[in-house]
Amino acid sequence: MSQLTIPINDTDHFEGKADAPITLVEYGDYQCPHCGAAYPVIKKIQEAFPDQIKFVYRNFPLSESHPMAFACAVATEAAALQGKFWEMHDIIFENQRGLSNEALFRMAEKIRLDIEQFSNDIQKDTLSDKVEADFESGIRSGVNGTPSFFVNGTKFDGGAEDLFGMFREN
Amino acid sequence: MLQPGDKAPEFKLYATPDQRFSLAELQGKNVILAFYPADWSPVCSDQMGLYNNMLKYFSKYDATILGISVDSKWCHLAFSKDRGLHFPLLADFEPKGEVSKAYGVYNEEEGECDRALFVIDKEGNIAWSYKSPTALNPGADGILEALEKLNPKTN
Repeated sequence: MSQLTIPINDTDHFEGKADAPITLVEYGDYQCPHCGAAYPVIKKIQEAFPDQIKFVYRNFPLSESHPMAFACAVATEAAALQGKFWEMHDIIFENQRGLSNEALFRMAEKIRLDIEQFSNDIQKDTLSDKVEADFESGIRSGVNGTPSFFVNGTKFDGGAEDLFGMFREN
Repeated sequence: MLQPGDKAPEFKLYATPDQRFSLAELQGKNVILAFYPADWSPVCSDQMGLYNNMLKYFSKYDATILGISVDSKWCHLAFSKDRGLHFPLLADFEPKGEVSKAYGVYNEEEGECDRALFVIDKEGNIAWSYKSPTALNPGADGILEALEKLNPKTN
């Protein structure tokens, strides 16, 4: 089984308790319909196991198939600079149809980002470097498509519903 | 299946309806050969789509990727256009599967090649090979590791 080669670190964004017994990592693409379908299932998992799961999201934009995926990933990293990574992550997945640069700005407004700062930040190389570093860490860990999940560092062979099933059983 | 240290067999296959591609032309470059069972099948499309997003990582290691299946050059053309692929797909079509057989990755029962990866070094020797279960997309971690070993300086 493939292993997560880059351990969870300070550059990662997580939800849940920092010391939760289970760390769930998703490598995702904001324009990928399978990731869109996994999004509400992950929410369901987080609601069902609030104390047990720390959820980490890493970017794996397949830009050749999904032309807006990279811009979306950068937008969430820009939102993170204003402490709103998860708000941006959520609103994008909730409005996955019709993604565009304009739509990203509308979402940024809706979650009350400082728009001037946001539009400066999305042009920063450090943010696109972060997204590319996520992508490369995914490749190194054997990510072969999206979404790919890792449970406590080991690649999970299945989708979000399978994950939910596994957590319920254990 | 050929193993590390084996000489990579030469081939000359159609990449487009009027252009053929040979291994000799790529001497001096690292070459990734990705054998896959069929154009259009779901796993292959994901696998080729993944590689399509990774070309800049491959070129960082001075490597060129070539896809190979027994599909015809016209089928490859349509598939490649549909998926927007930016690397060549070679047609191991006539005599059918000849190159796949030379690399030891032809599945007689299905009449297709296996899902198999080879990394060939600049001298034309096989540096790494891997056969994946047909239904599984092997990803690219093994390819990058093999390339890294060939180009230790790029780290």
